[in-house]
Formats: sequence, structure tokens, C-alpha cells
Amino acid sequence: MQTLTNRSKVVSNKKMTFGEWIYLPAIFKGMSITLKHFFKKKATINYPEEQREFSPVYRGQHVLKRDEQGRERCTACGLCAVACPAEAITMLAAERKPGEEHLYREEKYAAKYEINMLRCIFCGDCEEACPKEAIFLTDRIVEAKYQRKPFVYGKDILVEPVDADKRIDVTKRQTQNVLKFKQNKRFAHNR
Amino acid sequence: MDWILFLYKFVFLIVIFLITLVVAMYSTYGERKVAAFMQDRRGPNRAGPFGLLQPLADGVKMFMKEEIIPTTANRMLFILGPSIAMTTAMLTGVVIPWGGTITIGGREFSMQIADLNIGILYVFAMVSIGVYGIMIGGWASNNKYALLGSIRAASQMISYELAMGMSIIALILTTGSLSLHDIVEQQQGWHWNIIYQPIGFLVFIICALAETNRAPFDLPECETELIGGYHTEYSSMKLGFYLFAEYINMFISSAVMATLYFGGYNVPLIDQLGLSQNTVTLLGSLFFFIKILVLIFVFMWIRWTLPRFRYDQLMNLGWKKLMPLAIFNILATGTYYYFTAFN
Amino acid sequence: MVFLFYLLSAVMVISGLFVVFSRSPINSVLSLIVCFIAMAGHYILLNSQFLAVVHLIVYTGAIMVLFLFVIMLLNLNRATIPQKTSMTRVAAVVAGGLFFLVMVAATRLTFEIHPRYPFSSKIGLVSEVGKALFHEFLLPFEVSSVLFISAMIGAMIFGKKDKESLPQPPPKEGA
Repeated sequence: MQTLTNRSKVVSNKKMTFGEWIYLPAIFKGMSITLKHFFKKKATINYPEEQREFSPVYRGQHVLKRDEQGRERCTACGLCAVACPAEAITMLAAERKPGEEHLYREEKYAAKYEINMLRCIFCGDCEEACPKEAIFLTDRIVEAKYQRKPFVYGKDILVEPVDADKRIDVTKRQTQNVLKFKQNKRFAHNR
Repeated sequence: MDWILFLYKFVFLIVIFLITLVVAMYSTYGERKVAAFMQDRRGPNRAGPFGLLQPLADGVKMFMKEEIIPTTANRMLFILGPSIAMTTAMLTGVVIPWGGTITIGGREFSMQIADLNIGILYVFAMVSIGVYGIMIGGWASNNKYALLGSIRAASQMISYELAMGMSIIALILTTGSLSLHDIVEQQQGWHWNIIYQPIGFLVFIICALAETNRAPFDLPECETELIGGYHTEYSSMKLGFYLFAEYINMFISSAVMATLYFGGYNVPLIDQLGLSQNTVTLLGSLFFFIKILVLIFVFMWIRWTLPRFRYDQLMNLGWKKLMPLAIFNILATGTYYYFTAFN
Repeated sequence: MVFLFYLLSAVMVISGLFVVFSRSPINSVLSLIVCFIAMAGHYILLNSQFLAVVHLIVYTGAIMVLFLFVIMLLNLNRATIPQKTSMTRVAAVVAGGLFFLVMVAATRLTFEIHPRYPFSSKIGLVSEVGKALFHEFLLPFEVSSVLFISAMIGAMIFGKKDKESLPQPPPKEGA
């Protein structure tokens, strides 16, 4: 039989030698192994103080981006909600009133935008579906809570702040290929 | 009545009880740390520096938890069980010589609460009574798993007590005394009994693991088969008492082993340093505690290395291997002393 | 010391009564254990520490554990104890009373204690017991140990099943 690794051993029921029968050498061998591990480098880290490096395309908490003038990019098209396999996204569209041009980029915007973080599987399909480059997954971690209710994130948490220095940086995930893909998508959508 | 002696003994008793409790408390912390380190983890490190306040947090948690007594349980015996386990565990420390003699105000005080001339047997008696705590608790829970656990505990304790007693007989042949104080005094310098009784020590330490219900002999409480064994139905501080009694037992049996086989409070070559009597005594006590802590570490080390025995393997080891080995040890020791004593 | 004597005696008598009158067997055994521990206390009052500790180890720690063990395994409840008719109770009281009378008659003369040796406070210490066992009573001691060995071997033979009476293993497939 072919083995996956070369480390497997065939079990035999041969009679034990005296050294094996008294078991003590085997026990001391085992204890020396555990003692070796006692002084080894730890495999775990002190989590909140130290953090492991994230991959640049890590998929964590979502962000709803604003454009350069601080207007919300989301136009409440609902493509992300359709794409979502976990059905975690709900939204309510509204029409932009005159005088709100500095708030919303397009004529239609999301009055309500909610992601249920307990349902979300962080697949990133919403980000891929978005034609307006509005929603992105970031390397932030969704905080643990004691109740279920706060896990339904509304616009107050999802939309990034207006201030330029408080914006959420997603440039790491926007490689050339991604940018091109998004551009094509936007053209296709607007056509 | 000698009031000063009475007062001294009283204070010393309380100090020993407190030390026992603190050591037991911190062995729970130590156990978790040792387990973590052997599994390449870090262990508790959140409560206080290096997690040193973890035992306190655990204690508070135990006290705050809901107290549940099953409706079908025998109420009185259900409460009696952990009390017996805890009491007998604490009582054993009375005969152990924690140090030599200390001179306060021109009077000599012994650092041992009671020097019984049958010290070892007293330890055995307390251990054999201690099994009632587990048996009564397991039976009173009115739960099949608890009953199975307590029956396992009883049969295991009785089986291993025999081999343990046999290993002690060989030791008594070499020392000629049952008093723990005399046994320690005979091991001055490097004349530790482990050099004369290696087989006896091996049997004794295996039996001590079995008597304290520690892995690899933790069948009475094995989680995978008996979901906790005799303390399945226990909660809150009553469970805490059972767990605590186990750690106290571990501390005491380490102390007994250090006394019997590792020279107790004797420090080799300390007589040549020319220190005063009191310093020697205190250093000896310190050394004794270091020995105890090392032995506790060995207990934990074994626990996190070896897997649990199967029940028939446990009985085979106790009756078919350790008993003959211990009897052979008695015969060999007796023969040796027969021929050397009459030359 | 006298106070301790009376305290231990009271504990013994009360727990002894509990053994007899308690309805549940477990409580009986537990009271018997208390009784034995008080008895060990009496031994200590007589300065025979060795006997006290051996009593604790052997009777309290081993034999009573086996008692408890058996009762737990059998799980005796009130329902399983057969109810006795008043006739059997009367018969039991009469028989017990007669037995007591016979015992009193037989041991009447020994109530006045004539110690063979003057009482020594060291009689129960381990060295004295050892000397008595291995000098004076060496032969009875060894004979009794042979008796125990024979009892053990007998129990083992009873416990061992016959090879023939064991259920035969089912024949292997394909054989």
C-alpha cells in the first residue's frame, strides 16, 4: 500500500523484549521528550499585546468607503446583498434630496445599510460584486460581545469617518488587477 | 501544662496548615503552567504578573458559582463527602518533620507537630480513611458515573495500599524505626534512603501516584469515560474541595517521599559550614521545601507525559507486578541485613 | 483524660446504637466507621498507638471500605429488604435473649480481670507488640499467617472459572 508519508510503521505483535516489558525506558524517553518541550519556544503569542502579521488581503470587518470629497460611494444597488451567500446584508434605498450633494455621490443612496456579523462568513463576495468600489473588507477584527444584538452593524459603524486622517486604508488590497477589474465593472454597470 | 509549648505548637500547626493550603493553591497554578509549557503554550498569564493571582481568581470563581445539590442525592452524605476528603488530606501533615530544632529564647522547639513513634503508619491510616470522602461523595450523588468512579477509587486505593505498605516494610528494615523524625535523622549527609532502596522508591512513587488519583492512574475521575467520575454531580466550592484535596494530597505525598527517601530536611555538608543552629534548621526547612516542590513537579511532569491506564492494566500492574516486586525487595533487604548484622 | 474517655465511650455507644437501629445499610456502615474511629481513640488513651493505627488501617481503612463497596454495588434499598412479620420478630428477640444469657453464663467468671502480667504502659507500643509476636507467640503467629494464605488461595480457586464452563468463542468466519 502506498503511504502518504514515509513515517508510518506497520504494527507487529511480536513478543516484547525484557527492556520493553518493564516499560521504564520508554517512560523515561517520553518524559525526556516532554521536558524538551518545556524549554522550547512557545507556539502561541500574548494576543492583545502582540499580534500576528495579517496577510494584505485578510478579510475582516467591512468598511463603506467615501470618495475624495467625503461623499458616500454606496448607491444602494443591492448587488452585494444578492451576492452574499449568507444573506447577511440588508439595505434600504432612498433618493438624494437637493442640498445633500455633499453627502452622497449618486442620486440614490442607502438610508439603512446593515450587515449581520454573526451571519457573515467573510467570503468577500460583496466586495467583488460592488460596482462602485464602496464596500471593502479590511484587516480589522470584529469585536467580541456578550449579546447578539450589537452584532448587527449599521451605517454608524460601517461607514468610514469623513476626516482624511481617519479614513480606513484599503490600498493594500487594490492591486493593479483589482483596479482594472473594478473599472470594467463600473463601466458595465453604468452602461 | 506547658503553656509556651502549647502556644508554640498551636501557632506552628496553623502555619503548617496555611503553608499547605498556599502550596496546594499554587500547585493548581503550577499544574496549568507546566501543562502549558509542555504543550508549547504559555498558560495562565492574565491575572496579575505572570498570572500569579490566578489561584485567587479561581477560588473566587468557585465560591461565586451556583451551589447545586441534586434532588435525588442524599443531602447529608453529599456534604459530608468533600469535608472528609479535605479533612483527611489536611490531617496528614501533622507527623511530617518540617525541620530540625529551633532555639527561641533559650528553649528548643521541634519543627514537627507530633513525633509519633508510628509516624508512617499514621500517614497510611489517614490515606486509607481519605478514600471514604470519595466513596461517600460518589454514592451520595445518586449517579451511575459517580458511583462507578467511587468504586474504582476504592478498589484502586486498596490495591495500591498493599504494594505501598510492602515497599515501606523494606524501608523500615533499613531504618529500624517507624518514627519519621528518626528516619530523617538517620539520613544525615548523603545517606539518603533512595540509595539503599531504589526499588522500594520506584514502587512507592508509582503507588503514591495511584493513591492521589493522579494521571496515569486517574481512573476514578477520568473525563472521557466517567465525565468526572465521583465529582460529576458536584459544583461550586464542594467541587473545589475535592480538587483542592487532590492537590493537598499531592503536596503531602511529596513531603512524605522527601522525608522517607530524600533525606527530609538534611542538607549535605552543611555541618562543615559552621553556621549557627537556627540558620542550619531554617536552611534545612528551605531545602526540604525545595525537594517537595521538585517532587511535585515530577508528579505534574508524569501527568502531562503518560496516558491513562486501562482498568485491567491498572489492576495487573498493582497486583501482578508491583506486589511481587515489593515482596522481592523485602526479601532482598532482609537477606542483606541478616548476613551483615551477624558478621 | 477521664473526660476524653467518657466522650469516646459516648460516641462509641451512640454510634453503635445507630448501627443497629439505622434503616439504611449505608448509614449503618458509616456509624460503624465512627464507632471504630472512637475505638482507635480508646487505644490511644491506653498508650497503644500501634494498635490504634493498625486498627484504623485494617478495620476502618480496608475492611469497612469493602463493606461499603459491597453495599454500594448491591444498592440495597428499603424495598429490597424483606418485611418481617411480628412472629419472626418475637422469635428473634427470644433467640437473641437466650444467646445473651448463655454468653453471660459462660463469661461470668471472667468479669473480674486477673491480668497475667502487671499492666505496663508500653504494652501497645510497636516494639513491645513486635517482641511479643516474634518471641513468645512466634508459632501461633506464623500458623495464623499460613491460615490466611490458605484462605487467600481458597478464595482465588473459587474466583477462578473453569475452562469448560466458559462460553466458547464463536467460530471464526471462513474457518
